[in-house]
Amino acid sequence: MTAQVSTPRRGRFSGIRRGEGLAGWLFTAPIIVILGVFLFIPVLMALWVSFSDWSGRGSPLSPSVGFVGLDNYAAVTTGGGLPERNFGIALRNNAWYVLLVVPLQTILALFLATLVNRAILRGRGFFRTAFYFPSVTSSVAITVLWLFLFSTTGVINEVLSWVGINGPNWFADPRGIVHVALGGVGVRKGPEALTGGGFLGISWWEWLAGPSIAMSAFILMAIFTTSGTMMLLFIAALQNVGVELGEAGMMDGATGWQRFWHITLPQLRPTLFTVLTLGLIGGWQVFDQIYTGTQGGPAKTTVTPAYLTYQAAFINQDWGQGAAIAFILFLIIIFFAALQRWALRDRPVSKRRARQYQVKGKTS
Amino acid sequence: MTRKTRALTGAGALVVAGALVLSGCGGGSGFDDTGDSGGEGGLTSSDDALTILIGSSGEAETAAVEDAVAAWSEESGVEATVSVANDLPQQLSQGFAGGSPPDLFYLAPEALAGYAGNGSLVAYGDELDNKDDFYPSLVENFTLDGEFYCAPKDFSTLALIINTDLWAAAGLTEADIPATWEDLTAVTKTLTTGGAVGLAFGPEYQRVGTFMAQAGGSLLADGEPVADSAENVEALEYVQARLQDGTFAFSTDIGASWGGEAFGNQLAAMVIEGNWITGALSADYPDVAYAVAELPAGPAGQGTLQFTNCWGMAADSPNQEAALSLVEFLTSTDQQLAFSEAFGPMPSIQSAADAWTEANPDLSAFLTGADYAQFPPTVEGATDVIADFNAQLESLKNGNPQEILDSVQTNLEAVVG
Repeated sequence: MTAQVSTPRRGRFSGIRRGEGLAGWLFTAPIIVILGVFLFIPVLMALWVSFSDWSGRGSPLSPSVGFVGLDNYAAVTTGGGLPERNFGIALRNNAWYVLLVVPLQTILALFLATLVNRAILRGRGFFRTAFYFPSVTSSVAITVLWLFLFSTTGVINEVLSWVGINGPNWFADPRGIVHVALGGVGVRKGPEALTGGGFLGISWWEWLAGPSIAMSAFILMAIFTTSGTMMLLFIAALQNVGVELGEAGMMDGATGWQRFWHITLPQLRPTLFTVLTLGLIGGWQVFDQIYTGTQGGPAKTTVTPAYLTYQAAFINQDWGQGAAIAFILFLIIIFFAALQRWALRDRPVSKRRARQYQVKGKTS
Repeated sequence: MTRKTRALTGAGALVVAGALVLSGCGGGSGFDDTGDSGGEGGLTSSDDALTILIGSSGEAETAAVEDAVAAWSEESGVEATVSVANDLPQQLSQGFAGGSPPDLFYLAPEALAGYAGNGSLVAYGDELDNKDDFYPSLVENFTLDGEFYCAPKDFSTLALIINTDLWAAAGLTEADIPATWEDLTAVTKTLTTGGAVGLAFGPEYQRVGTFMAQAGGSLLADGEPVADSAENVEALEYVQARLQDGTFAFSTDIGASWGGEAFGNQLAAMVIEGNWITGALSADYPDVAYAVAELPAGPAGQGTLQFTNCWGMAADSPNQEAALSLVEFLTSTDQQLAFSEAFGPMPSIQSAADAWTEANPDLSAFLTGADYAQFPPTVEGATDVIADFNAQLESLKNGNPQEILDSVQTNLEAVVG
C-alpha cells in the first residue's frame, strides 16, 4: 500500500447512526469510571506524592502538603547520601537479575515449547503440565520452598556435596558471583580505575560484582517459575506457524537447526516481543520473593527498587521518596520495553541479503 | 469538536471529578482533626470503643494481651478490641494515612521519630500516673525533643547464654564465666571444637554493639555521631580478630538464621541474645541446658544493649483519655508481671524488679544489664544507617573496621544534621 485511500467523512451523528456515539459512551462509562477511580487517579496521586513532601498522615491532597519539585528524585539520584546509595545498590541488584533472568527464561521457554510441540513426543500433555506447574503455584509458596532447598544444610548443598562441592551458604553469602570467581583466581581488590569512580553512590567495582549468591538463587527461582508461562505463549505461537514453509525449507535441503533459526524463529517475532516485554516488566518489579524471603539481606544484595519503594514509604515514612523510586522504575521499564521494540522491529531486507535471492547473471 | 478533543475533555472531566471525590473522602477524616488533638496538651475524650493493634510474638502473647484488655474493659466500661498485625509498620502507616489509626499500638523506638515527625502520635508520657516508675533509660528511649512520647511496655537486654553441657564437657566451671575480654578470648578458645564455635551472634549492630559499649563507644553521644571513635574501632578489631581465629562466628555463617537457632542446634557453645531466647529454647529445643550470665566487661567496663517497645497512642484517636487509662493498667506492676509470666519480657517499671528477679532467679543477668545498657539511636533515618552498618558488618571478617565505621559516621552525620 502506498497511497492512503481517503474516504469522505460524513457527519458523525447523522442518519441512522444518530445516537450511537452517546450509547457507546453510556455503555463504556462504568468501566471508564472504575478504571479511572481505581487505576488512573491513584497513579496520578502517586505522581503527585513523588513531587510533594507528604508525610503519610491524612490526605496527600490536603493544603498542608507542599510541592517540593524534584527533591525526592534528587535525593535518590544525586543526594550523595544513604538514599542514593541504597537506590544504586537496588538498581545494581535488579539490573543483574534482569540481565540473567530475561534471556535465560526466554531461551528456556522457547526450548521447552519446541520440545513439547513436537507431534512425535509421547505424553505431551504430561510434559506441558509439568513445565507449566511452577507458574501456577504461588510465588510465596515457591519462595518458602526455595529457602528450604537452598538452606545451608538443604537439598541443593547435599546434592552438590555428592560431587565434592562444598555448597555456599546461599541466603547468607553477600558476595557477588563475579567477585567470587575473581577471588578464585586471586583477584580480591578491584583496579583503581574501577574502585575510584562510580555511579549512584557505589563504585564501578561494586556494580560489576554480579548478583550475590542469594540473588542467584532468586534468579534460578524466577527462571524456574516463569518459563512455564512463557512456554505457553510460545506453544500458542508455534501452533500458528504453518508447516508449508518448513517443508519448503526441507526441500531446499535446510537442516533442522537452519529451519528453526531462519524459518520458525522469524515467525515467532511478535511472541518473542511479548515474552521479552513481560519478562522485562516482571524482572524489574520483583518484590514478593524479596519481601517473603530475605527482606533485602544479606548485606542488601537482594534489595530491589520495588522493595525499596515499600521500605522507603512504609518503614521510613519517606512517602515522596518511595513514590519517586516507583516512577523512576516506571521510566526504566518504559525505556527497556521501547529499546527492545526497536531492536525487534521489522527491518527491510538488507541489500547484502537481498542479493542472495536475486537471479544470477541478470543486471537490474 | 473533533473526536480526539472530545475524548480528552471527557477523560479530563472524569479525572477532576474523581480527584474531588477522593480528596473529599481522604480529607474529611484525615487532616481536619489535627487541631483538636494536640491543642494545649489535652487528650481527647469520648465514648468511642478502643482498638489496639499489636505485633504479637505468638499465641501466648496475644492471649495475655487480650485477657488484660478484657479485664480493663470490664473495670472501666469502655469497649476495646485487640487485633494482631501481620505487618505492623505497614498496617500502622495505612491507618495513619487513611486517618483511622488504631488508638493504641506497639511502637518500636526506631519508628518513633518518623511518626512523631508527621504528627501521628500524641506525646502522653508526662500524663502517666506511673511515669516515675519506668527505668530512666527506657524513658529516654522514647523521649524526642524533650517530650516523653509513650509508655515503654516492657524491655529486654542482651546477655551471654551458655550451653552448660558443652561448658562442663570442656572442663569449665562456674568460676570460668568470663568477666573480661581476655577471659572471653580464653573461654571461647577452650569451647571451640570441631562441632561448635565458642561464641556466636548475628552479624548486626544489635549484637556487635555490645562490644562497642564495653569498649566505651556508642553510635551517638549527647546527640552527636561518634561512630568512628577509637573505642568503636577497638571493639570491631577485637571481634574481627576472634572471627578470624574461628572462636567467634556469625550465626549466619554457621547455618543458623539467628543466635537462638545456632544455640539450639548446638552449633555454638555460647551466644549473645536477649531474653526472648528463653521462650524459643523451651519451645523448640527443650533438651538444651543453658545458663544466663552477664556479658563480660571490656576496656571501659560492662556494656550491653536494650530493646523495647512502647504503647503508641494515635493523635487521631477520639478517646485518648480512655487509652491513657488502659496504658496505665497495662504497665502496672501486677499486669507487667503477668505478661512476664505469660510470654517472658521484663517489666519496664522498677517497682516490679524484685518480684521479677524472685520469679526468674536464673535470668537475673538480663535485668542487671538494665543498669548499663545502651540503646540503638532513635533519630529519624537511623534505621537506614543501622541497616547499612549491618550490611557492612556481614563482611567484618575481611573488612576494615575503620572504613566501616567512617561510613557509618558519614551516614549518621547526614541524618542527625
